[in-house]
Amino acid sequence: MIHFDNVTKTYANQSRPALENVSLDVEKGEFVFLVGPSGSGKSTFLRLVLKEERPTSGRIHVAGKDLARLTNWKVPHLRRRIGCVFQDFRLLPNKNVYQNIAFALEVIGKPRRFIRKVVPEVIDLVGLEGKRERMPDELSGGEQQRVAMARAFVNRPMILLADEPTGNIDPATSIGIMKVLDRINRTGTTVVMATHDAAIVDSMRKRVIELEYGKVVRDQSRGVYGQAY
Amino acid sequence: MRFQFVFSEVWIGLRRNLTMTVALIVVVAISLSLLGTGLLFVKQVDNTRSYWQSRVQLSVYLCTPSDVAANCERNGGVTPSEVAAIKSELLATHDTLSIQYVTADAAYKQFRQEFANNEPIVRYTARNQIPPSFEIRLKNTQADAAQVTEVMDGAPGVSQVVNDASILDQFYRLLDGARNAVVVIAIFLLVAAILLVANTIRLSAFNRRRETSIMRLVGASNFYVQLPFLVEGMIAGLFGWLVATGLLIGVKSVLLSSLQSIFPYGVSLSTADLVEVIIVAMITGLLICGSTSFLTLRRYLRV
Repeated sequence: MIHFDNVTKTYANQSRPALENVSLDVEKGEFVFLVGPSGSGKSTFLRLVLKEERPTSGRIHVAGKDLARLTNWKVPHLRRRIGCVFQDFRLLPNKNVYQNIAFALEVIGKPRRFIRKVVPEVIDLVGLEGKRERMPDELSGGEQQRVAMARAFVNRPMILLADEPTGNIDPATSIGIMKVLDRINRTGTTVVMATHDAAIVDSMRKRVIELEYGKVVRDQSRGVYGQAY
Repeated sequence: MRFQFVFSEVWIGLRRNLTMTVALIVVVAISLSLLGTGLLFVKQVDNTRSYWQSRVQLSVYLCTPSDVAANCERNGGVTPSEVAAIKSELLATHDTLSIQYVTADAAYKQFRQEFANNEPIVRYTARNQIPPSFEIRLKNTQADAAQVTEVMDGAPGVSQVVNDASILDQFYRLLDGARNAVVVIAIFLLVAAILLVANTIRLSAFNRRRETSIMRLVGASNFYVQLPFLVEGMIAGLFGWLVATGLLIGVKSVLLSSLQSIFPYGVSLSTADLVEVIIVAMITGLLICGSTSFLTLRRYLRV
Protein backbone atom coordinates (compact mmCIF):
# COMPACT_ATOMS: atom_id res chain seq x y z
CA MET A 1 0.00 0.00 0.00
CA ILE A 2 2.78 2.42 0.92
CA HIS A 3 6.22 1.74 -0.50
CA PHE A 4 9.24 3.96 0.15
CA ASP A 5 12.34 3.21 -1.88
CA ASN A 6 15.47 4.93 -0.64
CA VAL A 7 13.69 8.20 -0.05
CA THR A 8 15.56 11.30 1.02
CA LYS A 9 13.96 14.68 1.67
CA THR A 10 15.92 17.81 2.38
CA TYR A 11 14.04 21.06 2.83
CA ALA A 12 15.47 24.21 1.32
CA ASN A 13 17.80 26.19 3.60
CA GLN A 14 18.48 23.18 5.76
CA SER A 15 21.70 21.21 5.89
CA ARG A 16 20.46 18.05 7.52
CA PRO A 17 17.92 16.01 5.53
CA ALA A 18 14.50 15.55 7.19
CA LEU A 19 14.44 11.98 5.90
CA GLU A 20 17.48 10.04 4.81
CA ASN A 21 17.50 6.87 2.73
CA VAL A 22 14.21 5.62 4.13
CA SER A 23 13.03 2.35 2.67
CA LEU A 24 10.00 0.61 4.04
CA ASP A 25 6.74 -1.08 3.11
CA VAL A 26 3.36 -0.80 4.73
CA GLU A 27 0.94 -3.53 3.70
CA LYS A 28 -2.77 -3.16 3.20
CA GLY A 29 -4.70 -3.28 6.46
CA GLU A 30 -1.67 -2.81 8.69
CA PHE A 31 -1.60 -0.58 11.73
CA VAL A 32 1.73 1.22 12.03
CA PHE A 33 3.05 3.53 14.74
CA LEU A 34 5.65 6.03 13.64
CA VAL A 35 7.63 7.09 16.68
CA GLY A 36 10.63 9.28 17.34
CA PRO A 37 11.60 12.60 18.90
CA SER A 38 10.52 15.97 17.46
CA GLY A 39 12.22 16.68 14.19
CA SER A 40 12.89 13.04 13.44
CA GLY A 41 10.90 13.18 10.23
CA LYS A 42 7.50 11.77 11.18
CA SER A 43 5.46 14.64 9.78
CA THR A 44 7.65 14.76 6.68
CA PHE A 45 6.89 11.12 6.07
CA LEU A 46 3.16 11.74 6.19
CA ARG A 47 3.39 14.79 3.93
CA LEU A 48 5.31 12.81 1.36
CA VAL A 49 2.59 10.18 1.29
CA LEU A 50 0.02 12.92 0.59
CA LYS A 51 2.26 14.45 -2.05
CA GLU A 52 2.27 17.72 -0.18
CA GLU A 53 6.04 17.56 -0.55
CA ARG A 54 8.20 15.90 -3.18
CA PRO A 55 11.17 13.74 -2.21
CA THR A 56 14.61 15.09 -3.03
CA SER A 57 15.50 11.57 -4.20
CA GLY A 58 14.00 8.10 -4.13
CA ARG A 59 10.66 6.66 -5.20
CA ILE A 60 7.35 6.56 -3.38
CA HIS A 61 4.46 4.30 -4.31
CA VAL A 62 1.04 4.71 -2.76
CA ALA A 63 -1.65 2.16 -3.62
CA GLY A 64 0.50 0.95 -6.46
CA LYS A 65 0.91 4.38 -8.04
CA ASP A 66 4.29 6.01 -8.45
CA LEU A 67 3.87 9.48 -6.97
CA ALA A 68 6.60 10.93 -9.15
CA ARG A 69 4.56 10.06 -12.23
CA LEU A 70 1.33 11.44 -10.81
CA THR A 71 0.35 14.65 -12.63
CA ASN A 72 -0.72 17.65 -10.60
CA TRP A 73 -4.33 17.42 -11.55
CA LYS A 74 -4.53 13.80 -10.49
CA VAL A 75 -3.28 14.56 -7.00
CA PRO A 76 -6.76 15.42 -5.66
CA HIS A 77 -7.92 11.95 -6.68
CA LEU A 78 -5.11 10.44 -4.64
CA ARG A 79 -6.02 12.52 -1.64
CA ARG A 80 -9.62 11.35 -1.75
CA ARG A 81 -8.41 7.86 -0.97
CA ILE A 82 -6.36 9.04 2.01
CA GLY A 83 -7.88 10.34 5.24
CA CYS A 84 -6.00 12.71 7.54
CA VAL A 85 -6.26 13.50 11.23
CA PHE A 86 -4.20 16.17 12.96
CA GLN A 87 -3.22 17.24 16.42
CA ASP A 88 -5.18 20.50 16.14
CA PHE A 89 -8.33 18.81 14.82
CA ARG A 90 -8.76 21.33 11.94
CA LEU A 91 -12.52 21.58 12.11
CA LEU A 92 -14.46 24.47 10.57
CA PRO A 93 -15.65 26.59 13.50
CA ASN A 94 -18.81 27.84 11.80
CA LYS A 95 -20.19 24.43 10.93
CA ASN A 96 -21.68 21.85 13.25
CA VAL A 97 -20.62 18.21 13.53
CA TYR A 98 -22.79 17.00 10.68
CA GLN A 99 -21.80 19.86 8.40
CA ASN A 100 -18.10 19.45 9.13
CA ILE A 101 -18.20 15.83 8.07
CA ALA A 102 -20.52 16.52 5.14
CA PHE A 103 -18.14 19.25 3.93
CA ALA A 104 -15.54 16.64 3.05
CA LEU A 105 -18.06 14.94 0.78
CA GLU A 106 -19.59 18.08 -0.65
CA VAL A 107 -16.31 19.45 -1.91
CA ILE A 108 -15.65 16.32 -3.92
CA GLY A 109 -19.07 16.51 -5.49
CA LYS A 110 -20.93 13.69 -3.79
CA PRO A 111 -24.71 13.93 -4.17
CA ARG A 112 -26.85 15.04 -1.26
CA ARG A 113 -28.61 11.69 -1.02
CA PHE A 114 -25.31 9.89 -0.54
CA ILE A 115 -24.20 12.34 2.12
CA ARG A 116 -27.45 12.01 4.06
CA LYS A 117 -26.96 8.26 4.16
CA VAL A 118 -23.28 8.01 4.94
CA VAL A 119 -22.62 10.78 7.44
CA PRO A 120 -24.94 9.49 10.20
CA GLU A 121 -23.31 6.04 9.87
CA VAL A 122 -19.88 7.42 10.50
CA ILE A 123 -21.10 9.66 13.34
CA ASP A 124 -22.30 6.49 15.05
CA LEU A 125 -19.03 4.74 14.32
CA VAL A 126 -17.03 7.31 16.23
CA GLY A 127 -19.50 7.36 19.10
CA LEU A 128 -21.03 10.80 18.65
CA GLU A 129 -24.64 9.84 18.05
CA GLY A 130 -26.93 12.58 19.38
CA LYS A 131 -24.33 15.31 18.90
CA ARG A 132 -24.98 16.03 15.23
CA GLU A 133 -26.00 19.63 15.73
CA ARG A 134 -23.23 20.63 18.12
CA MET A 135 -20.73 23.28 17.09
CA PRO A 136 -17.00 22.58 17.58
CA ASP A 137 -16.67 25.03 20.45
CA GLU A 138 -19.38 23.09 22.28
CA LEU A 139 -17.37 19.87 22.12
CA SER A 140 -14.52 18.59 24.24
CA GLY A 141 -11.12 17.91 22.70
CA GLY A 142 -11.79 14.23 22.48
CA GLU A 143 -15.12 14.77 20.80
CA GLN A 144 -13.61 17.20 18.31
CA GLN A 145 -10.99 14.66 17.39
CA ARG A 146 -13.71 12.09 16.85
CA VAL A 147 -15.40 14.47 14.44
CA ALA A 148 -12.09 14.87 12.63
CA MET A 149 -11.74 11.12 12.41
CA ALA A 150 -15.29 10.76 11.16
CA ARG A 151 -14.50 13.30 8.47
CA ALA A 152 -11.30 11.49 7.54
CA PHE A 153 -13.07 8.16 7.34
CA VAL A 154 -16.43 9.07 5.79
CA ASN A 155 -15.26 8.49 2.22
CA ARG A 156 -13.92 5.02 3.12
CA PRO A 157 -10.26 5.82 2.32
CA MET A 158 -7.66 3.14 1.80
CA ILE A 159 -5.22 4.80 4.15
CA LEU A 160 -5.72 6.87 7.28
CA LEU A 161 -2.81 9.09 8.32
CA ALA A 162 -2.79 10.46 11.85
CA ASP A 163 -0.27 13.11 12.89
CA GLU A 164 -0.16 13.13 16.72
CA PRO A 165 -3.93 12.75 17.10
CA THR A 166 -3.77 12.42 20.87
CA GLY A 167 -1.35 15.31 21.31
CA ASN A 168 -3.98 17.67 22.74
CA ILE A 169 -5.99 15.08 24.62
CA ASP A 170 -5.74 13.69 28.14
CA PRO A 171 -4.63 10.05 28.60
CA ALA A 172 -8.04 8.74 29.56
CA THR A 173 -9.79 10.19 26.54
CA SER A 174 -6.93 9.11 24.32
CA ILE A 175 -7.90 5.52 24.94
CA GLY A 176 -11.32 6.23 23.48
CA ILE A 177 -9.68 7.79 20.42
CA MET A 178 -7.48 4.79 19.91
CA LYS A 179 -10.48 2.48 20.16
CA VAL A 180 -12.03 4.38 17.24
CA LEU A 181 -8.83 4.09 15.27
CA ASP A 182 -8.71 0.42 15.95
CA ARG A 183 -12.31 0.04 14.81
CA ILE A 184 -11.41 1.88 11.60
CA ASN A 185 -8.40 -0.34 11.09
CA ARG A 186 -10.55 -3.43 11.47
CA THR A 187 -12.67 -2.39 8.51
CA GLY A 188 -9.57 -2.86 6.38
CA THR A 189 -8.16 0.64 6.36
CA THR A 190 -4.40 0.93 6.59
CA VAL A 191 -3.50 3.21 9.51
CA VAL A 192 -0.21 5.07 9.97
CA MET A 193 0.00 7.07 13.16
CA ALA A 194 2.84 9.38 14.15
CA THR A 195 3.00 9.82 17.90
CA HIS A 196 4.89 10.69 21.05
CA ASP A 197 2.41 8.87 23.24
CA ALA A 198 4.40 6.02 24.78
CA ALA A 199 1.51 4.59 26.76
CA ILE A 200 -0.68 4.18 23.72
CA VAL A 201 2.04 2.51 21.70
CA ASP A 202 2.90 0.14 24.50
CA SER A 203 -0.68 -0.85 25.12
CA MET A 204 -1.58 -1.64 21.53
CA ARG A 205 1.41 -3.71 20.50
CA LYS A 206 1.26 -2.95 16.80
CA ARG A 207 4.09 -2.53 14.33
CA VAL A 208 6.44 0.25 15.45
CA ILE A 209 8.78 2.14 13.13
CA GLU A 210 11.20 4.37 14.97
CA LEU A 211 12.81 7.38 13.27
CA GLU A 212 15.83 9.24 14.55
CA TYR A 213 17.29 12.22 12.69
CA GLY A 214 15.48 11.13 9.56
CA LYS A 215 16.68 7.54 9.54
CA VAL A 216 14.78 4.38 10.36
CA VAL A 217 16.46 2.89 13.41
CA ARG A 218 13.90 0.28 14.34
CA ASP A 219 11.10 -1.58 12.60
CA GLN A 220 9.40 -3.98 14.93
CA SER A 221 6.10 -5.81 14.68
CA ARG A 222 4.19 -5.90 17.98
CA GLY A 223 6.63 -3.30 19.25
CA VAL A 224 6.80 -0.89 22.17
CA TYR A 225 7.70 2.79 22.29
CA GLY A 226 11.15 2.67 23.85
CA GLN A 227 13.85 0.18 23.03
CA ALA A 228 12.91 -3.17 24.41
CA TYR A 229 16.24 -4.24 25.79
CA MET B 1 -20.48 19.86 -10.13
CA ARG B 2 -22.63 20.87 -7.21
CA PHE B 3 -24.07 24.31 -8.00
CA GLN B 4 -25.80 24.57 -4.69
CA PHE B 5 -22.55 24.06 -2.84
CA VAL B 6 -20.60 26.54 -4.97
CA PHE B 7 -23.38 29.08 -4.65
CA SER B 8 -23.46 28.82 -0.86
CA GLU B 9 -19.67 29.14 -0.64
CA VAL B 10 -19.80 32.23 -2.88
CA TRP B 11 -22.52 33.77 -0.76
CA ILE B 12 -20.58 33.14 2.45
CA GLY B 13 -17.48 34.62 0.87
CA LEU B 14 -19.28 37.75 -0.32
CA ARG B 15 -20.76 38.39 3.09
CA ARG B 16 -17.47 37.95 4.90
CA ASN B 17 -15.73 40.25 2.51
CA LEU B 18 -18.50 42.79 2.16
CA THR B 19 -16.61 46.08 2.50
CA MET B 20 -14.02 45.19 -0.06
CA THR B 21 -16.64 43.84 -2.44
CA VAL B 22 -18.59 47.08 -2.21
CA ALA B 23 -15.42 49.09 -2.86
CA LEU B 24 -14.75 46.93 -5.88
CA ILE B 25 -18.26 47.41 -7.23
CA VAL B 26 -17.99 51.18 -6.88
CA VAL B 27 -14.65 51.39 -8.67
CA VAL B 28 -15.77 49.12 -11.48
CA ALA B 29 -18.98 51.12 -11.84
CA ILE B 30 -17.21 54.46 -12.08
CA SER B 31 -14.49 53.31 -14.44
CA LEU B 32 -16.95 51.58 -16.77
CA SER B 33 -19.19 54.66 -16.70
CA LEU B 34 -16.33 56.92 -17.67
CA LEU B 35 -15.23 54.57 -20.39
CA GLY B 36 -18.79 54.43 -21.66
CA THR B 37 -19.12 58.21 -21.54
CA GLY B 38 -15.99 58.57 -23.63
CA LEU B 39 -17.46 56.14 -26.13
CA LEU B 40 -20.72 58.09 -26.16
CA PHE B 41 -18.82 61.27 -26.98
CA VAL B 42 -17.07 59.52 -29.84
CA LYS B 43 -20.37 58.30 -31.18
CA GLN B 44 -21.90 61.75 -30.83
CA VAL B 45 -19.16 63.24 -32.97
CA ASP B 46 -19.42 60.50 -35.58
CA ASN B 47 -23.18 60.78 -35.82
CA THR B 48 -23.05 64.55 -36.12
CA ARG B 49 -20.34 64.39 -38.74
CA SER B 50 -22.19 61.95 -40.97
CA TYR B 51 -25.46 63.83 -40.58
CA TRP B 52 -24.04 67.15 -41.62
CA GLN B 53 -22.01 65.80 -44.49
CA SER B 54 -24.99 66.13 -46.76
CA ARG B 55 -26.60 69.20 -45.30
CA VAL B 56 -26.18 72.95 -45.61
CA GLN B 57 -22.60 73.88 -45.86
CA LEU B 58 -22.36 77.54 -46.48
CA SER B 59 -24.51 80.33 -45.10
CA VAL B 60 -24.36 83.79 -46.64
CA TYR B 61 -25.90 86.16 -44.14
CA LEU B 62 -27.30 89.34 -45.59
CA CYS B 63 -27.36 92.76 -43.94
CA THR B 64 -30.03 93.61 -41.43
CA PRO B 65 -31.04 97.22 -40.76
CA SER B 66 -29.00 97.33 -37.53
CA ASP B 67 -26.05 95.33 -38.76
CA VAL B 68 -22.62 96.57 -37.74
CA ALA B 69 -20.61 94.56 -40.24
CA ALA B 70 -18.17 96.51 -42.37
CA ASN B 71 -20.07 95.89 -45.52
CA CYS B 72 -23.41 97.08 -44.18
CA GLU B 73 -22.48 100.60 -43.27
CA ARG B 74 -25.13 101.97 -45.50
CA ASN B 75 -27.59 100.97 -42.80
CA GLY B 76 -30.95 99.93 -43.98
CA GLY B 77 -30.58 96.30 -44.63
CA VAL B 78 -30.11 94.51 -47.88
CA THR B 79 -32.18 95.69 -50.85
CA PRO B 80 -34.10 93.37 -53.16
CA SER B 81 -31.88 94.28 -56.07
CA GLU B 82 -28.83 93.33 -54.09
CA VAL B 83 -30.48 90.03 -53.20
CA ALA B 84 -31.11 89.35 -56.89
CA ALA B 85 -27.52 90.24 -57.75
CA ILE B 86 -26.15 87.90 -55.13
CA LYS B 87 -28.46 85.15 -56.27
CA SER B 88 -27.37 85.36 -59.89
CA GLU B 89 -23.74 85.47 -58.81
CA LEU B 90 -24.24 82.27 -56.84
CA LEU B 91 -26.05 80.59 -59.69
CA ALA B 92 -23.11 81.36 -61.89
CA THR B 93 -20.98 79.14 -59.68
CA HIS B 94 -21.67 75.79 -61.26
CA ASP B 95 -20.65 73.61 -58.42
CA THR B 96 -23.47 74.44 -56.06
CA LEU B 97 -25.90 71.64 -55.44
CA SER B 98 -28.69 73.85 -54.20
CA ILE B 99 -29.31 77.43 -53.22
CA GLN B 100 -32.07 78.34 -50.81
CA TYR B 101 -33.13 81.79 -49.78
CA VAL B 102 -34.33 82.08 -46.20
CA THR B 103 -36.36 85.21 -45.52
CA ALA B 104 -35.87 87.25 -42.37
CA ASP B 105 -39.22 86.10 -41.03
CA ALA B 106 -38.48 82.46 -41.68
CA ALA B 107 -35.08 82.88 -40.07
CA TYR B 108 -36.58 84.49 -36.99
CA LYS B 109 -39.09 81.69 -36.65
CA GLN B 110 -36.34 79.12 -36.89
CA PHE B 111 -34.26 81.01 -34.36
CA ARG B 112 -37.08 81.00 -31.83
CA GLN B 113 -37.55 77.29 -32.37
CA GLU B 114 -33.91 76.35 -31.93
CA PHE B 115 -33.38 78.44 -28.86
CA ALA B 116 -36.66 77.54 -27.22
CA ASN B 117 -34.75 76.42 -24.12
CA ASN B 118 -32.89 79.67 -23.83
CA GLU B 119 -35.41 82.27 -22.73
CA PRO B 120 -33.10 85.26 -22.15
CA ILE B 121 -31.64 85.13 -25.65
CA VAL B 122 -35.04 84.94 -27.25
CA ARG B 123 -36.35 87.84 -25.20
CA TYR B 124 -33.52 90.20 -25.97
CA THR B 125 -33.19 89.55 -29.64
CA ALA B 126 -35.34 91.76 -31.80
CA ARG B 127 -37.04 90.47 -34.88
CA ASN B 128 -35.02 92.57 -37.25
CA GLN B 129 -31.75 91.42 -35.79
CA ILE B 130 -32.11 88.01 -37.39
CA PRO B 131 -30.80 88.30 -40.96
CA PRO B 132 -32.11 86.64 -44.06
CA SER B 133 -29.63 84.29 -45.68
CA PHE B 134 -28.72 82.16 -48.60
CA GLU B 135 -28.21 78.53 -47.56
CA ILE B 136 -25.91 76.87 -50.06
CA ARG B 137 -25.10 73.22 -50.48
CA LEU B 138 -21.84 72.63 -52.30
CA LYS B 139 -20.62 69.72 -54.25
CA ASN B 140 -17.04 69.80 -53.05
CA THR B 141 -16.88 71.50 -49.70
CA GLN B 142 -13.28 72.43 -49.16
CA ALA B 143 -12.25 73.94 -52.40
CA ASP B 144 -15.58 75.43 -53.40
CA ALA B 145 -16.32 76.88 -49.99
CA ALA B 146 -13.17 78.92 -50.13
CA GLN B 147 -13.97 80.14 -53.62
CA VAL B 148 -17.56 81.10 -52.91
CA THR B 149 -16.56 82.79 -49.67
CA GLU B 150 -14.02 84.87 -51.53
CA VAL B 151 -16.56 85.92 -54.08
CA MET B 152 -19.27 86.72 -51.58
CA ASP B 153 -17.14 88.45 -49.04
CA GLY B 154 -17.45 92.14 -49.62
CA ALA B 155 -20.28 91.89 -52.11
CA PRO B 156 -22.87 94.60 -51.46
CA GLY B 157 -25.51 93.46 -48.99
CA VAL B 158 -23.51 90.57 -47.59
CA SER B 159 -22.98 90.75 -43.86
CA GLN B 160 -20.89 87.66 -43.41
CA VAL B 161 -20.23 84.30 -44.96
CA VAL B 162 -20.20 81.48 -42.50
CA ASN B 163 -18.86 78.08 -43.28
CA ASP B 164 -21.01 75.81 -41.15
CA ALA B 165 -18.12 73.47 -40.94
CA SER B 166 -16.23 75.94 -38.79
CA ILE B 167 -19.02 76.03 -36.24
CA LEU B 168 -19.18 72.29 -36.22
CA ASP B 169 -15.44 72.16 -35.83
CA GLN B 170 -15.83 73.90 -32.50
CA PHE B 171 -18.43 71.36 -31.50
CA TYR B 172 -16.18 68.51 -32.54
CA ARG B 173 -13.21 69.97 -30.74
CA LEU B 174 -15.19 70.43 -27.56
CA LEU B 175 -16.38 66.85 -27.60
CA ASP B 176 -12.98 65.48 -28.55
CA GLY B 177 -11.42 67.33 -25.65
CA ALA B 178 -14.06 66.05 -23.26
CA ARG B 179 -13.63 62.56 -24.64
CA ASN B 180 -9.88 62.61 -24.15
CA ALA B 181 -10.17 63.84 -20.57
CA VAL B 182 -12.79 61.25 -19.76
CA VAL B 183 -10.85 58.38 -21.32
CA VAL B 184 -7.65 59.29 -19.49
CA ILE B 185 -9.46 59.28 -16.17
CA ALA B 186 -11.19 56.04 -17.15
CA ILE B 187 -7.86 54.35 -17.82
CA PHE B 188 -6.54 55.37 -14.42
CA LEU B 189 -9.68 54.03 -12.81
CA LEU B 190 -9.49 50.77 -14.74
CA VAL B 191 -5.98 50.27 -13.40
CA ALA B 192 -7.36 50.95 -9.92
CA ALA B 193 -10.14 48.44 -10.60
CA ILE B 194 -7.63 45.77 -11.61
CA LEU B 195 -5.62 46.32 -8.45
CA LEU B 196 -8.76 46.25 -6.33
CA VAL B 197 -9.98 43.01 -7.88
CA ALA B 198 -6.59 41.42 -7.21
CA ASN B 199 -6.60 42.64 -3.62
CA THR B 200 -10.19 41.63 -2.95
CA ILE B 201 -9.66 38.13 -4.28
CA ARG B 202 -6.47 37.80 -2.31
CA LEU B 203 -8.17 38.94 0.88
CA SER B 204 -11.06 36.62 0.26
CA ALA B 205 -8.72 33.68 -0.26
CA PHE B 206 -6.90 34.59 2.94
CA ASN B 207 -10.13 34.80 4.91
CA ARG B 208 -11.12 31.39 3.70
CA ARG B 209 -7.78 29.67 4.09
CA ARG B 210 -9.13 27.26 6.68
CA GLU B 211 -11.82 26.00 4.34
CA THR B 212 -9.42 26.02 1.41
CA SER B 213 -6.76 23.95 3.13
CA ILE B 214 -9.32 21.36 4.19
CA MET B 215 -10.72 21.28 0.69
CA ARG B 216 -7.28 20.59 -0.71
CA LEU B 217 -6.55 18.01 1.96
CA VAL B 218 -9.74 16.13 1.34
CA GLY B 219 -9.10 15.97 -2.39
CA ALA B 220 -11.27 18.65 -3.96
CA SER B 221 -10.14 19.37 -7.49
CA ASN B 222 -8.24 22.62 -8.06
CA PHE B 223 -11.03 24.01 -10.18
CA TYR B 224 -13.56 23.42 -7.43
CA VAL B 225 -11.39 25.17 -4.89
CA GLN B 226 -10.87 28.24 -7.09
CA LEU B 227 -14.37 28.47 -8.48
CA PRO B 228 -16.09 30.29 -5.59
CA PHE B 229 -13.49 33.07 -5.68
CA LEU B 230 -13.72 33.44 -9.45
CA VAL B 231 -17.47 33.71 -9.21
CA GLU B 232 -17.16 36.27 -6.41
CA GLY B 233 -14.96 38.44 -8.62
CA MET B 234 -17.34 38.14 -11.57
CA ILE B 235 -20.40 38.93 -9.48
CA ALA B 236 -18.78 42.08 -8.17
CA GLY B 237 -17.89 43.00 -11.74
CA LEU B 238 -21.45 42.34 -12.88
CA PHE B 239 -22.96 44.53 -10.19
CA GLY B 240 -20.45 47.24 -11.04
CA TRP B 241 -21.57 47.01 -14.66
CA LEU B 242 -25.23 47.27 -13.69
CA VAL B 243 -24.54 50.47 -11.77
CA ALA B 244 -22.48 51.74 -14.70
CA THR B 245 -25.39 51.04 -17.05
CA GLY B 246 -27.66 53.17 -14.89
CA LEU B 247 -25.09 55.96 -14.86
CA LEU B 248 -24.60 55.79 -18.61
CA ILE B 249 -28.33 56.05 -19.23
CA GLY B 250 -28.27 59.10 -17.01
CA VAL B 251 -25.32 60.58 -18.92
CA LYS B 252 -27.05 60.13 -22.23
CA SER B 253 -30.35 61.62 -21.23
CA VAL B 254 -29.08 64.45 -19.04
CA LEU B 255 -25.66 65.47 -20.22
CA LEU B 256 -25.99 65.01 -23.93
CA SER B 257 -29.44 66.54 -23.98
CA SER B 258 -28.19 69.68 -22.29
CA LEU B 259 -25.38 69.71 -24.83
CA GLN B 260 -28.10 69.73 -27.49
CA SER B 261 -29.67 72.90 -26.14
CA ILE B 262 -26.34 74.71 -26.21
CA PHE B 263 -25.24 73.35 -29.55
CA PRO B 264 -28.35 72.67 -31.58
CA TYR B 265 -26.23 71.34 -34.39
CA GLY B 266 -25.57 68.05 -32.68
CA VAL B 267 -27.50 64.98 -33.66
CA SER B 268 -28.82 63.07 -30.70
CA LEU B 269 -27.74 59.47 -30.15
CA SER B 270 -30.12 56.64 -30.66
CA THR B 271 -30.97 53.92 -28.17
CA ALA B 272 -29.04 51.46 -30.32
CA ASP B 273 -25.89 53.52 -29.80
CA LEU B 274 -26.42 53.48 -26.05
CA VAL B 275 -27.01 49.72 -26.05
CA GLU B 276 -23.81 49.19 -28.04
CA VAL B 277 -21.79 51.20 -25.52
CA ILE B 278 -23.39 49.33 -22.62
CA ILE B 279 -22.47 45.99 -24.16
CA VAL B 280 -18.89 47.10 -24.73
CA ALA B 281 -18.76 48.17 -21.08
CA MET B 282 -20.04 44.78 -19.98
CA ILE B 283 -17.47 42.87 -22.00
CA THR B 284 -14.67 45.08 -20.71
CA GLY B 285 -15.87 44.68 -17.12
CA LEU B 286 -16.18 40.90 -17.30
CA LEU B 287 -12.84 40.51 -19.05
CA ILE B 288 -11.02 42.61 -16.50
CA CYS B 289 -12.63 41.04 -13.44
CA GLY B 290 -12.42 37.51 -14.79
CA SER B 291 -8.82 37.55 -15.93
CA THR B 292 -7.54 39.43 -12.88
CA SER B 293 -9.35 37.03 -10.53
CA PHE B 294 -7.94 34.06 -12.39
CA LEU B 295 -4.38 35.35 -12.40
CA THR B 296 -4.52 36.38 -8.74
CA LEU B 297 -5.82 32.97 -7.72
CA ARG B 298 -3.03 31.25 -9.57
CA ARG B 299 -0.59 33.29 -7.58
CA TYR B 300 -2.06 33.27 -4.10
CA LEU B 301 -4.10 30.09 -3.86
CA ARG B 302 -1.49 27.43 -3.83
CA VAL B 303 -2.82 24.28 -5.48
